[in-house]
Amino acid sequence: MNTQDKTAAPDGLRDDAEGMSYLSHLPRRIVVIYLPLAIFVFVLLFPFYWMAITAVKPNSQLTDYENYSPFWVVGATLEHIKYLLFETSYPGWLWNTILVSVASTFLSLFASVFAAYAIERVRFTGARTTGLLIFLAYLVPPSILFIPLAFIVFNIGIYDSRFALIFTYPTFLIPFCTWLLMGYFRSIPYELEESALVDGATRWQILRRIILPLAVPGLISAGIFAFTLSWNEFIYALTFIQSSENKTIPVGVLTELVRGDIFEWGALMAGALFGSLPVVILYSFFVDHYVSSMTGAVKE
Amino acid sequence: MSSPSGNGSPGRSGGLLLRFNNSRNGLGLVFMLPAAIFLLGFLTYPLGLGVWLGFTDTRIGRAGDFVGLQNYAYLMDDGVFWLSVFNTVVYTLVASILKFALGLWLALILNEKLPFKSFFRAIVLLPWVVPTVLSALAFWWIYDAQFSILSWSLMKLGLIEQPINFLGDPFNARVSVIAANVWRGIPFVAISLLAGLQTIPVSLQEAASLDGATPWKRFRYVTLPMLTPIIAVVMTFSVLFTFTDFQLIYVLTKGGPVNATHLMATLSFQRGIPGGQLGEGAAIAVAMIPFLLASILFSFFGLQRRKWQQGGTD
Repeated sequence: MNTQDKTAAPDGLRDDAEGMSYLSHLPRRIVVIYLPLAIFVFVLLFPFYWMAITAVKPNSQLTDYENYSPFWVVGATLEHIKYLLFETSYPGWLWNTILVSVASTFLSLFASVFAAYAIERVRFTGARTTGLLIFLAYLVPPSILFIPLAFIVFNIGIYDSRFALIFTYPTFLIPFCTWLLMGYFRSIPYELEESALVDGATRWQILRRIILPLAVPGLISAGIFAFTLSWNEFIYALTFIQSSENKTIPVGVLTELVRGDIFEWGALMAGALFGSLPVVILYSFFVDHYVSSMTGAVKE
Repeated sequence: MSSPSGNGSPGRSGGLLLRFNNSRNGLGLVFMLPAAIFLLGFLTYPLGLGVWLGFTDTRIGRAGDFVGLQNYAYLMDDGVFWLSVFNTVVYTLVASILKFALGLWLALILNEKLPFKSFFRAIVLLPWVVPTVLSALAFWWIYDAQFSILSWSLMKLGLIEQPINFLGDPFNARVSVIAANVWRGIPFVAISLLAGLQTIPVSLQEAASLDGATPWKRFRYVTLPMLTPIIAVVMTFSVLFTFTDFQLIYVLTKGGPVNATHLMATLSFQRGIPGGQLGEGAAIAVAMIPFLLASILFSFFGLQRRKWQQGGTD
């Protein structure tokens, strides 16, 4: 820590310096900021690198750490990916995941737009209480609901079908989306609605022509986040789905690609990689929306 | 909105405002209907049903009878259940503290002037975006008993003699699952706290440093108090997610070795679904509720109170 005494002396002397400038001495910045940041980034990203490199490693190199450096790959192979796409039900699981995520996201957005508008702007009797209850609903974790839900899903006859997931995912998506959209609707000036009301517009027209176009960023944020949440959902999909052709990616990869004692790490990692890519790509296009919806839910 | 709506007047002669007021509750009801159907049918009802199932001996494929507190009495004497309670508390406590400390550190780093700041912010969040099960599979491979890359690297560096048995030894397994959980949780804490940090006016920091505050003092007396409300909410969520965690354990250890990493959620699943004892599984899930309420109240009010002790509003 010899960098500290170097900076300590000029610090006290220079009154004319900018407020934070003593932080910008390069050696100190390297130790205090860049080095920890580099370690954080390395640790946070390494599992993905490991996933990707395992997915393209030929089986002969996979466990042979003596002759090949484990951190690199010589003669990358597409064998695992081919196996995954043509010899397993992976494409079907991918399709199921897309279908379930899209359907439950749209269902939740539809219900949430009306609910958020009603709570925030129609202001019916008890709107505040309803808003609070919606927030509390967001705090109910799936791990205490899956057993009774399995019971219900079984009794209404949608067990082991995609509908079991499409209808249950909104239970954690609607509270989140409603809460987020309430914040967005709140930021839209009330005067816009009042003048539309004076002009004779109905509530439905106001919602469709004024509120929704203005809330598009909010709808995108809520939609992206809801899609990611349903893509990542596991415990309901594990409990409610039995047959291979209805499984989603997380469940399919875990229950069908892991067999006995011989782990096909290449195919397993390829499955994990391809299951992650769609959300990562979506996320990379909408980083700001994603971050704003995540932090938006926290800030309120 | 303070004027009472005249529900009695049938005509639309009352003018715009009255008509608007009259339809308020009806319209609210219609608009709330889709969300209400889902939430009442698939959230409120199952919550109640779960409590009821906890009092029955329902099994898969057989409707149960009311057995009173029998399930709970059984759990009271069940060593595995108490072990899972202990594990859950330790897991939540250790992981939450680490996530908070490391997440706050990362947030403070990202709050500095950095080149490619938004790029760093984007990639740092990746562990949170990727499905937990899939990243847990990568950890499973990293923790492999024979071919772990961690063991190999440490052996190459000469720090250890033989591969570490990450998931086979009770203590190691606990440390390993906590590490994986922290890995996934840091981004959420860091990015949320970063959003909070960015709302703190720079002028406050400058004023403090003009008054001769050291970086530590500025952090302790300016940044931290301003951040406390957001810390409260972020940590409430973090504790909630950690306490009810299922996926990570299910992938990495399935509760083993010798139940050393069984959490209440995984035990509830194991007894309820593969074991078929829906009643008992539901009872374990219900037993989580008091812990959840306590941890929410603790992290929310415990941190919230400090806000007004320090002279903030509300």
